[in-house]
Amino acid sequence: MTELKRRSTTSIGLWPKDYFAGMLMLLVGLGAVYQSKSYELGSLNNVGPGFFPSIVAWLLVVVGIAITLTARSNGSSEGDTLSIPDLRGSIAILAGLIAFVVLGEYAGLLPATFALVFISALGDRENSIVSALILAACMCVVAVVVFSWALKMHFPLFGGN
Amino acid sequence: MLSTTLIDLWHGFEIAFEAQNLLWCFVGVLIGNLIGVLPGLGAISAISLLLPVTYTMHPIPAILMLAGIFYGSQYGGAIGAILLNLPCHPPHAVTCLDGYPMTLQGRGGAALGITMIASFFAASVGILVMIFASPLLVQVAFKFGPTELFSIMMLGLIAGGTLSKGSPLKGIAMTAVGLLIGCVGTDTNTGVVRFTFGMYQLSERVELVALALGLYGVAEFLHNVNKLKIAGSSIRVRFRDMCPTKAEMKQSLLPLLRGTFVGTAFGAMPGTGPTITTFIAYALEKKISKTPERFGHGAIEGVASPEASSHSKTQVDFIPTMTLGIPGDAVMALLLGALLIQGIQPGPQLITKHPDLFWALIASFWVGNILLVILNVPLIGLWVRMLAAPYRYLFPAALFFIAIGVYSANNSLFEVGETIVIGVIGALLIALKFPVAPVLLGYVLGPLVEENFRRSLLLSRGDLWTFVERPVSAVFVGICAALLIGQVWFWLRGKQKPKSGTYRSDQAIKITKEENSLRVENV
Repeated sequence: MTELKRRSTTSIGLWPKDYFAGMLMLLVGLGAVYQSKSYELGSLNNVGPGFFPSIVAWLLVVVGIAITLTARSNGSSEGDTLSIPDLRGSIAILAGLIAFVVLGEYAGLLPATFALVFISALGDRENSIVSALILAACMCVVAVVVFSWALKMHFPLFGGN
Repeated sequence: MLSTTLIDLWHGFEIAFEAQNLLWCFVGVLIGNLIGVLPGLGAISAISLLLPVTYTMHPIPAILMLAGIFYGSQYGGAIGAILLNLPCHPPHAVTCLDGYPMTLQGRGGAALGITMIASFFAASVGILVMIFASPLLVQVAFKFGPTELFSIMMLGLIAGGTLSKGSPLKGIAMTAVGLLIGCVGTDTNTGVVRFTFGMYQLSERVELVALALGLYGVAEFLHNVNKLKIAGSSIRVRFRDMCPTKAEMKQSLLPLLRGTFVGTAFGAMPGTGPTITTFIAYALEKKISKTPERFGHGAIEGVASPEASSHSKTQVDFIPTMTLGIPGDAVMALLLGALLIQGIQPGPQLITKHPDLFWALIASFWVGNILLVILNVPLIGLWVRMLAAPYRYLFPAALFFIAIGVYSANNSLFEVGETIVIGVIGALLIALKFPVAPVLLGYVLGPLVEENFRRSLLLSRGDLWTFVERPVSAVFVGICAALLIGQVWFWLRGKQKPKSGTYRSDQAIKITKEENSLRVENV
């Protein structure tokens, strides 16, 4: 899937984006078909746990093929502008969220909050380190006052979860 | 019949006016309005953020608050659309077309005033339709067995996939993805654990809040960061400016009625999203106008009609959601999910089993809408200032609320991880121009569809023809088939005559074009 993603962003000019959209659905569908095989199909009399997922997965395969095949005719009418997320911003957002999960697990709510807000704020090109620090500090206050004190959430301020 | 309905409704008002319920309704409306005003956050984010809070609440205040958030955020979204040309909430994208030019001409206040009048009027009509149509629908729906429920849910899914904006094929693909995500977890009938990839945390299904906030929160931020530039607004709107002139009132009276009618008609069709409804209302207004050239340059009809249609549509949308258990769009799917979490099964039995909840909800619509009008009069200045909140501060703070909101659903950091993964997938899907609303629809309806499918086959002893042999079910299957055949037909016709096209594909192209132009103006 990552391979496909990279190709779809590098060769926009050569292929209609729906080509990749269809291939992606086809791959997801095939994966789900494969996975559903391990669950019992059952019979029409007594439908097993694998029946419904298999049908849906095959549907996805078929629709994926259909999207791929009709890619050209669709591509011209919908406009081929692929909106690619800003790299710096999205990396910062994802890094911040991952930091929240990791720090939340091992260090507590306050470090996690600070890291999430600080890192993701740095993703915006207009934020300076100082403004990101101030924003992170403000959200830490919110975390303590609203979530820890007022709502009494089960999330230790410091220390492992 | 009528008198019992009125007695029930009166009882509903009594419940809605209980201090606790009134308070939560007010909280919901206020928070919804606040979040709706903020750029980049729509009704779905607002509802999902507060969904975990309701897990421990009594069902009635919980659903009153969630519904309040919903229409509160709708009011809020219109403010951003009119004053800053920000289509944060897709149904308001079309309001920008004439609302923003009005702001440039200094009539932004009047546009807001008309929006408020139109919303309140249309919502009231929608509520009236709901009051009188629901009990009738329930009488029919009562005779539904699992076979009929399966067929009508299929109709909801197919309509949701094919009638939303964009390519119908992609809509169906997203519905299927949603159904597969809905399969994740322990199968209720056999206890078999499906699609968990060895992660025991997934055996309890994918968390609804994680899915919604991943698709509508994280994915949106990934797309908008460093791209959404909001010019700080120097617009000042006071209450005085919000009163439309007599001429403007007269001009918008008929469009308002027509918009309400369009919205009500589309609300009765499960699966047609609010966005498509507003575009149709706008197109209709432009078509019958004697001066269509004014549209796009600040025609007040272009504000009144779409806003009225979106509000009556969402109100009427509650009917299939509550009486049949079929959500009309992603927001309704979320509310349905909230009801299911509360242990309340929406469907024909809802009105008889939980009359308190149903009639209190209806009564609270009015109470909430009146609260909104009262709130927006003094707070409009505050909302305008909130609009100017820079995005660079907004999204990190919102990410924090998302993270903590998802965590609080089950005190699980694993689910925050789920949100990250879903956010990345969602961003990829949005980049490939997939509509994401059907995912949520499929996820919520998936387990219900599967359950009813199994039950009906059990009842018919494995005979698949049962779905067309039972008359009511056959009607729904027929509509499903007609929808699919119609799509193929339109597609073939559109292929033959790419220039003229059909009404539908014309409409779709126009919508994407208009949206693109809106987006371009924002960037």
